[in-house]
This record gives sequence, C-alpha cells and structure tokens, in this order.
Amino acid sequence: MILVFIEHKDCVLNKASLEAIAAAQDIAGQIGSTVGAVIPCGGDCVLAAEIANYDLEKVIVATNERLSTYTPDGYTDAWAEIIRKENPSHIVMAHTYQVRDFCPKLAARFGKEMVGDCIRYVNNGGELVFTRRIFLGKLDADVKIKGEGPYFVTFQSGAFRGDSAAAGTASVETVEVEVAEPRMSPEEPFQEAKASVDLTKSEIIVAVGRGIKSEENLAVAKELADALGADLAASRPICDSEWLPIDRQIGSSGQTVAPKLYIALGISGAIQHIVGMKNSGTIVAINKDSEAPIFDLADYGIVGDLFEAVPTMIEEIKKG
Amino acid sequence: MKIVVLMKQVANKDAVLRIRSDERWIDESDVSQQTNESDGYALEEALRTKEAKGEGEVIVCTLGKQSAKSVIKDALARGADRAIHVLVEDENSLSPFQIAEAIGSAIKEENPDLIFTGLQSDDASYGQTGVVLAELLDIPHATIVIEVDRESINGSVRVKRELESGWYQWFNYKMPSLLTIQSGISQIRYASLKGIMAAKRKEIREVEAAIGDVDSGQVIEKVYMPLKTKETQILGGGDAKAGALELVEKLRNEARVL
Ligand SMILES: Cc1cc2nc3c(=O)[nH]c(=O)nc-3n(C[C@H](O)[C@H](O)[C@H](O)COP(=O)(O)OP(=O)(O)OC[C@H]3O[C@@H](n4cnc5c(N)ncnc54)[C@H](O)[C@@H]3O)c2cc1C
Ligand SMILES: Nc1ncnc2c1ncn2[C@@H]1O[C@H](COP(=O)(O)O)[C@@H](O)[C@H]1O
Repeated sequence: MILVFIEHKDCVLNKASLEAIAAAQDIAGQIGSTVGAVIPCGGDCVLAAEIANYDLEKVIVATNERLSTYTPDGYTDAWAEIIRKENPSHIVMAHTYQVRDFCPKLAARFGKEMVGDCIRYVNNGGELVFTRRIFLGKLDADVKIKGEGPYFVTFQSGAFRGDSAAAGTASVETVEVEVAEPRMSPEEPFQEAKASVDLTKSEIIVAVGRGIKSEENLAVAKELADALGADLAASRPICDSEWLPIDRQIGSSGQTVAPKLYIALGISGAIQHIVGMKNSGTIVAINKDSEAPIFDLADYGIVGDLFEAVPTMIEEIKKG
Repeated sequence: MKIVVLMKQVANKDAVLRIRSDERWIDESDVSQQTNESDGYALEEALRTKEAKGEGEVIVCTLGKQSAKSVIKDALARGADRAIHVLVEDENSLSPFQIAEAIGSAIKEENPDLIFTGLQSDDASYGQTGVVLAELLDIPHATIVIEVDRESINGSVRVKRELESGWYQWFNYKMPSLLTIQSGISQIRYASLKGIMAAKRKEIREVEAAIGDVDSGQVIEKVYMPLKTKETQILGGGDAKAGALELVEKLRNEARVL
C-alpha cells in the first residue's frame, strides 16, 4: 500500500493534499498497489468522511489529543506508528511548509530521507525515477532511491492536479496512537497587520525583483505601473529589504494573484514566487539572464537590461 | 551559550552552469562559489544571539572540500569564534542523510545549546539536512524560522515560524534545539578589517568525514536543463529597447491586454 498524508487545520482540509492523493493514485496505478490516506487528528475527525469519497483502500484517522494542533514531534510519533503497522511501500505528501517541517524527521526515524519537492516521476521498467528542480530552478535532476522502502516522496505544488484525484468510497478506520509529550508548544497562528492592498483584484501587476538593485530604482518600476494603471508588487527579497511593504509580496509566503497581465522585472522565477502568479493571463519577463526560470512561464520575454527596456516601454505606452 | 551554525558552499547565484560530462552534477571547475544564502542569515542570527546573551561561543561547521574553507574564513571574519571543517572530496554525491550523519558525528561532542542552519541549500535544495540532523541528535527542531525571541532564551527559546500565505506562528522550544533560518530574518553584517585580521588566529579543526552507507538515499542519475513547457516569444533579439517596442505592440494588438 501507498500512504498519503492529509493535511488540515481543525479538520479543514489543505487542498494541496488532493494533489498528493492524485499523485499517490497515479503511482499506485503504475506499480499495481493501493492507496490509504492518513489523517492525524485530535479527536473525532469530521474531515474523514470527506476524504472517504476518494478512490482509496481506506482512510486512517490517527488520533490522540496531542494531535489537535500540529507539532513536528506529535505528527512524527503518530505517523511512525501507522507506518510500522501498515508497512507501506511509499509515503506520498504534498511539499507544503508543514510537510517540510516533519517529513524529513519522520523519514530519518526510519533511517531514511525524503525525496522532496518532486515535479514529476516516470516508471522506468518498474523502477520509479523522480525529477527534482535544483539550482534555484535552473536545472532538473532525475533521482533514484537506493535500498529498501518505505520511500518518502513529496511533490511540488502543481505537479499533480487535485481535481484529478479519482473519486470512490473508502472505509474509515480510527487508530489511537501513542504520542510522547512534544518538546515544543505552539501558540495561535496569526497574520501580520491586515493587508492594505488587495492585489488579488488587480488587473495589471508590475512586479520587481532583486534585479532592480536599489530602493531608488523602484521609481522606474513605479512609473511603468502608473503608465499602465497597474499595481506594484515584488518578490520576497524586495520586501525583506523593506523597499516595499510585505503586503506587496507575491508567492508562497505572500499573496497569490492572477491578473490579466503580469510583468516581472528582474525576477528569476523561483518556485516560491511562481506559485503566487502562475495563473496570470499574460506573463511578461524582462531579465538579463536568458536561462532564468521565469522565461519558462512567460508568454513574452525580453532578454536584457530592465533599465534599458522599461523607459522605452513607458515612452511607448504614453504615446497611446 | 554554545551555538553551532551549519554553513555550506554553493555555486554563485549568477554563475553560468555547465553540466559535468558524467551528467550527474555541474562542472564546478570554473564556477565561482559563495556561502549559501540562508546560511549567512543563520550565522547572523547566531552572532546576535550570543551578543544578546553577553557570553557564549559560535562554532561554524562546513562539510565540503578544501576550497570550502573560504566560507569558513568569511564566517570567522564576521565574528564566529571557531570552525569545524568536515572534509569530503565529492560532497555532491552524498545524500542529505549522509551529510547530516557526518556533520552530526563531527559536532556531537560539542553538545551545543542551539544549532542554526539555513532552511535550504541553493544548489541541491534538499531542504532537510538540518531536520534530519535534529532527529539523529534527538533534539527538537523548528523550520522556516523568521524571528528568534532572544529575550526568551532560558532553557527554552521562543521562535516565530513562517506558515503559508502570510501566516505566522510562535512556538516555544525546549533546548537544546535546532532552528532552520529563513533568508531575510535580519540585516547581515559585513566583516570588518579587524574581524578579518582576528580570523587568522581562530581555530579551524579539520575532521575526516565519517560517511555511512545510507539505506535508502537518493542518487542523482542525471542533471539537465529543464524541458521548456511553454512557447515564449523572445522579443528584440538581445536589444532591450527594440524588445520594449515590440512588447508594447504585442501587448496591444496580440494579447490585447492594454
Ligand atoms: C520557504 C520559502 C518561502 C519563500 N517565499 C517566497 C515568496 O512568497 N515570494 C518570493 O518571491 N520568494 C519567496 N521565496 C524566495 C525565493 O526562493 C527566491 O529566493 C526569490 O523569489 C528570489 O527573488 P528574485 O527573483 O527577486 O531574486 P533573484 O533570484 O536574485 O533574481 C534576480 C534576477 O534579476 C536578474 N537581473 C539582475 N539585474 C538585472 C537587470 N539590470 N535587468 C534585468 N534583469 C536583471 C537576474 O538575472 C536574476 O534572474 C521563498 C523561499 C523559501 C525557501
Ligand atoms: N555540506 C554542508 N555543510 C554544512 N552545512 C550544510 C551542508 N549541507 C547542508 N547544510 C546545511 O543544511 C541546510 C539545508 O540544506 P539542504 O538540506 O541541502 O537544503 C543548509 O542551509 C546548511 O545550513
């Protein structure tokens, strides 16, 4: 059996887990196996019934009141017990921040490691070969896993489609697991001051990255945004440097946007940025480096200096 | 307060990458190297923590070849007290479990109160060396740490972790513990001239790596340029101004978004 992790907060599903179900079903089809879903939960899990509507061998709710809030210690103990009991060939998870936090620990408990953040896999005559992005998205690596299972595999957001997870009916099994007292105690999650701009409603976004070089240079991007009636946004390093407020950050730890036009100036296109803007209508990239990963996503690209391209664009737009 | 910081040498961000002839990694022979970005922040956080406590020791640990010494020297110049260099020739053929294990055996006897690592290496991007190390040392860990409440340190430490989509969460951790540090957590200091001079007298202990056989490690079979999934129209043929003119025309008349 292949076990897939269902992530949730207070029994509200993290939709990334549907992508993980799709991935696990796909692999099960290739290797002639079945899929079981695992939900760590503090009590009666109302999410289990929802997950039971997928084509799964069973849904396992691992319960202990120490699992009512996430901790890496608690989740690792719970999972380890389920793995020992079920003896799965693979454990499949979506590469979310929570999974990054506990999956490597869980794998290490079995003397193994995670093959993390995969973007696809192929079945090479019975042997699975996984592909990971390395060097900040500039290269791909095909990797094999040596030795005995269980194998721990996580997939990048978007590698599989959540809506392609096959429906079915699964039985629900509740297992009381042992969880040692976690060595960490969480407080309530919170958001920083409410966003003052809602970029999710923008029609056009001009986004700047580290290629802008200095805070003063933001003026040229601002001028382009004004000429286009666009909102200004940024990659993370720009917000880290406080050149723009954090509510302008696009990406996995910032906002997710889908304007009809997204213009990326001096942004390399790291996955954590891309997940926040890949559904934009038309994507434009201006970047000095012809191999920047952002070009894989762009409809139009200019390979060159943004400080040459942007003033010309402004002039041309103003001509109307 | 004893703090170990893991720092890795990686290819420069802007380096042109060529694939090695065996296709298993890049050709590193003429690629300039730098300290992994988040590891620089991990060091900064360690130095600030020691300073806030007013006592303690910051020990840098790097696993890599002889040339990775430049990472160590730079860290010592910024204020780290001493360093452990775990020597291996071909670090890129090791799996993250093997790296964590080798580092673990090199630092174990130090019994640090805190271990700081970067959250991810910019080359292999395993995103797990620190977490695996914590499990091997049987200490708790926190990933994607964006703030350390230094006032709170007293047998335990309160840290702010980044969650997805602009959410955060504070956790209280028993010490010793391991924290993986997010880039941008603070402003990184430069090495002063005094620091550079002082670094020359600081200890760098070399240890041979104890590389274990990992039971199910990942092995890179082949490295290649990503397959293009989208037809991108590259405009201007290398002339940015010509590209800009073409772009505005296309946005108006082809994409019809202006
Ligand atoms: C857990 C985690 C969460 C993250 N969350 C986010 C997030 O929410 N949002 C986000 O954006 N990032 C996020 N990141 C960071 C992300 O991995 C990248 O580091 C970041 O997106 C890079 O920003 P950048 O493209 O601006 O900078 P770089 O990667 O440094 O790219 C700068 C680009 O500018 C180009 N350039 C330089 N000069 C010029 C010029 N004159 N003209 C044209 N081009 C030029 C360069 O060729 C380069 O491609 C996260 C990372 C992690 C690990
Ligand atoms: N060879 C190494 N030497 C020292 N630290 C390392 C090494 N490899 C990984 N690390 C640390 O582990 C973190 C995560 O790396 P990775 O698991 O490769 O993404 C890095 O940011 C470093 O702090």
